[in-house]
This record gives sequence, structure tokens and C-alpha cells, in this order.
Amino acid sequence: MKQSITLGRVTKFMGLGIFSTIKDLFTGKLEKEDFKNFLRKTIVPLASILLFIGLWHMGAKALYNKEADFKIEKALNDQGQEAADAMKVCIASGDVSCKPNTLPSPAQVWDSYKSLLRDHNIIAADKAAFKDKTAALNEKRVAEGLDAITYTGRPSFVDQIFRSLKTVFAGFLLALLIAVPLGIFIGLSPTLKSSFNWFIQIFKPVSPVVWYLLVFMIVKTLLIGSNEDSSFTISFISVGLCSMWATLVNTAMGVSSVDKDYINVAKVLKLGPFQKIFKVVLPSSLPLIFTGLKITLSVAWMVLIAIELLAQSPGLGLFVWEEFQNGANDSNAKIIVAMFVIGVIGFLLDRIMLTIQNWVSFDKTDAI
Amino acid sequence: MSTIVDTNNTKVIADNGLFPSNEVMLDLKNLKKVYPTPKGDYVVLEDLNLQIKKEEFVTIIGHSGCGKTTMLSMIAGLNPISGGHISVLGKQIKGPGPDRGVIFQAPSLMPWMTALQNVLLGVNQVFPHGTKSQRNDIAKYYLQKVGLEDAFNKRASDLSQGMQQRVGIARAFAIKPKVLLLDEPFGMLDSLTRGELQDILIEIWNKEKITAVMITHDVDEAIFLADRVVMMTSGPKAKIGDILDINFERPRTRKAVLEHNDYYKYRKHLIDFLEH
Repeated sequence: MKQSITLGRVTKFMGLGIFSTIKDLFTGKLEKEDFKNFLRKTIVPLASILLFIGLWHMGAKALYNKEADFKIEKALNDQGQEAADAMKVCIASGDVSCKPNTLPSPAQVWDSYKSLLRDHNIIAADKAAFKDKTAALNEKRVAEGLDAITYTGRPSFVDQIFRSLKTVFAGFLLALLIAVPLGIFIGLSPTLKSSFNWFIQIFKPVSPVVWYLLVFMIVKTLLIGSNEDSSFTISFISVGLCSMWATLVNTAMGVSSVDKDYINVAKVLKLGPFQKIFKVVLPSSLPLIFTGLKITLSVAWMVLIAIELLAQSPGLGLFVWEEFQNGANDSNAKIIVAMFVIGVIGFLLDRIMLTIQNWVSFDKTDAI
Repeated sequence: MSTIVDTNNTKVIADNGLFPSNEVMLDLKNLKKVYPTPKGDYVVLEDLNLQIKKEEFVTIIGHSGCGKTTMLSMIAGLNPISGGHISVLGKQIKGPGPDRGVIFQAPSLMPWMTALQNVLLGVNQVFPHGTKSQRNDIAKYYLQKVGLEDAFNKRASDLSQGMQQRVGIARAFAIKPKVLLLDEPFGMLDSLTRGELQDILIEIWNKEKITAVMITHDVDEAIFLADRVVMMTSGPKAKIGDILDINFERPRTRKAVLEHNDYYKYRKHLIDFLEH
């Protein structure tokens, strides 16, 4: 009984039912009684987004005016009427030197987003050109046993997004490889559980910054003498160590709380330890393990920004920090763009995990 | 101990060769179970003696909490013995093992596996030297026997409670245990499904003749399935109060049993015991 995979089923499975509703609207499949549902599921969320943008716009405007008024008044008090008029003209022209530095409006953020994409296209073209130019030379260098020449220009915003994704997946993988096996051992043995408990309780609440410093101390010494860029290594290990606790605790809990009936069946059938773990214990604790992994991934994504910032790893974290230090005309708007990108990617990562969780979980009802 | 002896009946059954053989399969000697509590020891079972012969079907009936399940899980090896001995074919048991198959009250299937995989879990364990297709055939044979030929590849979590318990029955018979232990296997089912499953159980048992010990709350079920009904006294310090021989010939049908003259006599005997 194989069921066909339709858009509706896939989106519903991922918790994105809104898309199939919109599709139904355009294909005319929507029944009258579905209309109420459609209102609730599509119109209301859209309206709330518009309301949010409207409020943001007005708030940004108010903040802008407040800062502009303050600048004009300051010029008036310090340098007299002439300077105040000059300041007024300057602010109206939108010049960088006197532009109020405050919350950007939605329109500015959108412009910055487009400018970041343009910037990416320029850099990508530049990179491609560089690759073409050095292709022959690099081949020769490799043949001679020398290192190939690599592009060392500034990374674009999109490059930084991919750098961040790479770091978060490496960190997530590290967390998975440490936390799941360790969690299984801890869950299976009460002795290990009591001996590891203090360890978990103490290290779980440690801040990402401190993990970063710890990893920095160790990795710096380990990589002494090598001129490799260690920022990626340091940041992904820190991300992994920060985020693995949820998986560790959930795996241990899942493994130690396997239904007693299943354990009895395993005992009666005299399953060996290997079979018991892989055929009974692990499958039955998969839902909890995945809950842990979902938390781990979202924590990893959250701490990533702070860690990249500290480690000077050229991802979104560093992007935000550099824009903040930069203070250019559209720096604030770019920071907000990064904020949305971070938010949307975090949401998508969560959905992907939820989809995998639904797929592997035997109990279809307990997925949230 | 009161036994109803119907000489004519016994003779006929014995002549047919259907009467259980005299070899002792399961032997409980001076069995004792004590749970330590802060207020002192709580004795669940004491001086419990029971011999079950090969190819015999015994049902155990008694009030809730009298220690029936404790006794069964001790035979299964899932619950340690505080005193006395349990032996299967003269050999004392050491922990749980596939020579004593168990059908639990809850179906206890692995919900992430299909019906076939659940049965194979046991079959693979007991016949490790068979080829894959041989083991598959065994599992499929027993699933067919319980009427699940269309549900081999259905996930256990997608099956109804009654169908899950059918898989439980198939899994227990497929490992060909020496003793089959049934802990109120139909207790959670509605009465229609219960009747169906009793028929399936007795049909498959008639073929396999595996020595069976079954706990039940249901007087009619106890009579319909058993060669002997063991009545346990209420705890604490529960022991065997009475044993009733059921001399209906096998294979039995529900209709024949209900219409048999002795049926109400047996029923009255059991109810009298339980109401005292």
C-alpha cells in the first residue's frame, strides 16, 4: 500500500500546511466550507505580517525623527542657527556624515538585502574570473608539488551564510557523535549514570563564550606551528560542545526509560546485548533522541553567531560584528537583514529536523 | 483437593490417546516469593506446589492481587525466586529463556517493526542456523495460523489491539517453547475479540500441544481452554486452594462445551471457590 507523495502531503508533513492551502486557492479546489479555514490559516498570518511591518515602519520613523531632532537641536545649541539649518539640509539629503544612526525602516532593510545580493554577484563573478585566470598556473603548481593559489578576496554575504551553515553542521555532527553513544552508555548503566551526572549538571549551564575560550586554549596549543586557519576548527568544536547537552540528556533518558514490556520480551527471547541495543532499545528511544537532536541543532545555530564573532570565523556572526563596527550608511540595515536570515535559516533547520523526526518515529502522534 | 472424576469420559479420552502424557514438564516445589517492605517482609506466595504434565493446558484463576502474575513471571524467569525451585523437564531454570515463551497481557510488540519482523525477532534467535528463507517461512506460517496472512508487512503500531495480540500468539508459538506462559493475554480485549482469539489459540494449540500455563479472570475462558483449572487462594501467602479437572474431549468447540452436561457443574465449582 504505497501512497503517492503529493505537495499537500509533503507540506502537511513538514508542518507547512499553509502552502497547500494557497495552492488550493489558485487551483480553485477550495470548497466554500474551507473558506473559514483558509481565512484562519492564510489571511490572518499574512495580516499579522503586514501589521508587524507597519508597526516596524512607524517605530523606525519615530526613532529616526527623534534622533534627527536631537542632532538639529544640538547643532543649534552648540553652533547656532546656521549650523542647525545646515544640519537639517544634510539630514534631508541622506548624507552619511549626518544621517541619524538608528533602527532602519523595512524599506531600507529590503534595499540592503538587494545590495548584498548584488555584492554577492560581483564577488562571485570576480571569483570565477580569478579561477579561470589561475587555472593553468595552478595546474602547473600542483604538478610541481606547490600549493595552488587560492582566492583571498573578501567573502560575500552568501559565502558567509554557507560558512555558518558549514560550521553549524560540523558542530552538530560532533555533538551527535559524542552525545548519542555517550547517552546510550549512560542510559544503559546506572553506575555510569551516577558517575556522569555531576559532570553533565556542571557543564550544561556553561555559557558559549566560556566554551569558546576553553576550546581556544586547547586548539591553539594543538595547532601550534601550523599556519592553518584555526577559526573554523575552534568555532565548530565550541558549537558542538555547547549544544550537545540536550541530546546527551535526552538520549540517556530515552534509553533508560524503555518500556519494561519490550525489555521483558528481549529477556525472554534472550537477545544478545548488541541485538538488544539495536533492535529494541535504540528504536524505542529514537523519538526522545530526536527531540534532543532538534534542541541541539537550534541551540547550535543560536550560539554559532556569538562564537563566530569571538573566533573571527567569517560567517554570519562575524558579518554582524563587522557591520556593527563599520558604521557605514546601511550597516544597521544589513544587521537587520542578517537577523532575518538567521531567523529564517533557524526555522528551516527546525522544520527539517521535525520532518526527519516524523519520518523515523514509530509513534506518529507524539510529534509536535 | 476435590476432583470430579467421570470414569467413562476419562476412559474414552485415554483410549483416543488425547490425554496428557504423564511426563512432568513443569515442576514448582515449595515456591516462595517475598517482597521486602519498610514494614517488614511481605510474603506473596508460600509453599506453592504444582506439577504440570507434558502437553497439558492449565489455567490459573484467583482474585486480583493474589500473586498469579508474580508466579507466572517467576516461571518465566523475569522475577527472582525467594525460595523453592522451578524446574522444566527436571532441570532447574536459570533466568528467562526462549524455552518458556510468554504471551504478555499487553501485546508488547515492537511498534516500529512489522508483524513479520516481530515474529522473526524470536525465530531468528531460536533458529540461528536456518537460512533466511526458512526462518521467514516459519514466521509466515504462524502468522497465517493466527489469521494475519494479509498483514505481514503492516507495522505493529498500525494494527488493532486484537490483531497485535494475534501477532503475540504467533511470536510465542513460532519459537517452539517447551512451556507457554500466558498472562491474561485477552484481558484487555472486548468480549467478541476475546472469543475469536480463544478459538485461534485453542486451534493452534491443538496442533502444537505445547504445555501451557495461562492466567485468567474469566471463568468460562478457564473452563473452555483447560485440562485443569488451578484455583489460588487470596494473598498474602497465597497457595493453591483447589484444582479442578476438566474432562471435555479435545478438540473442543465452544458449542459442544457449552452444551455439555458437566459445564455448569464445573462453572459452579469455580464460582463457589471464588466467592468464598
